Amino acid sequence: MISVENLTKRYVTKTAIEGMSFRVEKGEILGFLGPNGAGKTTTMRIITGYMPSTEGSVKVDGFDVAEQPLETRRRIGYLPENPPLYTEMTVKAYLKFVAKLKGVTGVKVDDDVNRAMEKVNITDVQERLIAKLSKGYKQRVGIAQALLNDPPVLILDEPTIGLDPKQISEVRELIKSLAGNHTVVLSTHILPEVEQTCHRVIIIDRGRIVAVDTPQNLRSQIQGGARVVIEVDGPAAEVLAAMKATPGVASVRVNTQDEHRSTFHVDVEGGRDIRSDLARTVVQAGWGLLALQSENMSLEDIFIKLTTAEESTPQAAS
Amino acid sequence: MRSIFVIAERELKTYFTSPIAYVVLTIFIFLTSLVFNFFVGLMVESAGPRAMQAAQTGRPPEPLDMPGVIVQNSFNWVSFILMLILPMITMALFSKEKERGTMELLLTAPVTDLQVVLGKFLAACSFYLILIATTLLHIVVLFTFSEPAKGPIFSAYLGIVLYGFALLAIGMFISTLTESQIVSVILTFTVIMLLWLVDAFTRGSSSGLAKAVSYLSILEHLNDFLVGVVSTSHIIFYLSLMLVGVFLTYRSLDSLRWRG
Repeated sequence: MISVENLTKRYVTKTAIEGMSFRVEKGEILGFLGPNGAGKTTTMRIITGYMPSTEGSVKVDGFDVAEQPLETRRRIGYLPENPPLYTEMTVKAYLKFVAKLKGVTGVKVDDDVNRAMEKVNITDVQERLIAKLSKGYKQRVGIAQALLNDPPVLILDEPTIGLDPKQISEVRELIKSLAGNHTVVLSTHILPEVEQTCHRVIIIDRGRIVAVDTPQNLRSQIQGGARVVIEVDGPAAEVLAAMKATPGVASVRVNTQDEHRSTFHVDVEGGRDIRSDLARTVVQAGWGLLALQSENMSLEDIFIKLTTAEESTPQAAS
Repeated sequence: MRSIFVIAERELKTYFTSPIAYVVLTIFIFLTSLVFNFFVGLMVESAGPRAMQAAQTGRPPEPLDMPGVIVQNSFNWVSFILMLILPMITMALFSKEKERGTMELLLTAPVTDLQVVLGKFLAACSFYLILIATTLLHIVVLFTFSEPAKGPIFSAYLGIVLYGFALLAIGMFISTLTESQIVSVILTFTVIMLLWLVDAFTRGSSSGLAKAVSYLSILEHLNDFLVGVVSTSHIIFYLSLMLVGVFLTYRSLDSLRWRG
């Protein structure tokens, strides 16, 4: 649905993004993850046609953003970082204006506005002035605005910012419900958000893509597989040998050891879950299984690992 | 075309939901009425001496289009008042959009930049026409109590409308340059003053350059309209000034996109 090729944006004094390429499939939810100033907003602004790129191309539904901007913009609903609200208008009047701006005509305007308001649950404030609304409501009016005219692609820049926990989970549910019919690209620096809502994650740091994968795969990829911590009541040397023989085990290390109980760190080959195999091995040998725990790096760890590892790698000056 | 009207409609509504429209209308109506009242009084006062003079010489008074003189002098002042007022009409056009981030909405909507510019300009011009229409009340008074020549009044209105449109286009351009409405209004006012003062700078000099510079004087071109002369060269002057303003606004939006 969206294909980005070698996208680069340079300003006079700095390069915002460099050589970014990725694709977003139809019905997918893609998350942009990165620290502030990494280039998330710039990338989104180029996709939406707000800003031209210095190099590279963006295609939305087969149309080039630079060459057929009206065609691509018609297909995109965009929520900028700061919701673009005319605060002196009422919610309804504002949404009607945006609908008309997007080319909705006649009686469809009211239907479209009502549908969008219902989706984000703001029907009860439709006659209120936007200026008088709380931050959470304003954010939701911004999302409603993006949903008008039912665009196949939604670009949401930090959609849950400024919302309270209940609203955040509502918005996440909303975004999840949009997948399938809509292609969603969202940016965030809140990691759990990506884990909960996105099918795929792109981690961006200083204008470059550091990693692209599913949130689950990213974990195992960075870690080179998961690690299982296992505590066994039995002879350490024998247990060690038995575990090494279990398929899927990359390496085993004895962590602590005393007369009866030993703790082992078992590194697992990429992506496999062998906890039940390990348990069976121990129990069948007649040893006591005292504890079995899989240690997952959180996306937070991965994120920090990725973005700080880059720092120590010497980069060619651009 | 429809998109232009959608944008213009919202903009025009905004004028009337914010205090600015009412402030501008109040100031304008107050000042123009003051001016009109002054010149009507002046003409009435001069009627006595003229009649006396006619009686003394035994000849009928020289014909004088009194309503015409009133309109001409009033509009001279109206053009000054407009210099102060017009920047207030255009100050928010783009600067406010930039300030509250709605620019991003307009520039990512399926409309062209030109449609955005023309929509905004249409709104400013419409509001200006409403403003100017309030002076029609004075004309109604003139027609009720005398028989003014219609031609000069028509040409004066044509001139003042073209003059206003040209200044509005310049003001619109300046509003794209800043996020602050205050900066926008002051800068516009300064530019208009300069365009007015070029005339004073070159007065008395007859060199070719002086003539070329004084051609830029915005008021100079209005005088002929006020005395009833509709000349193509003046129409072209205001129209080209307007087109320059609209074009610069359009280019400025493009540059905004590049700078982000």
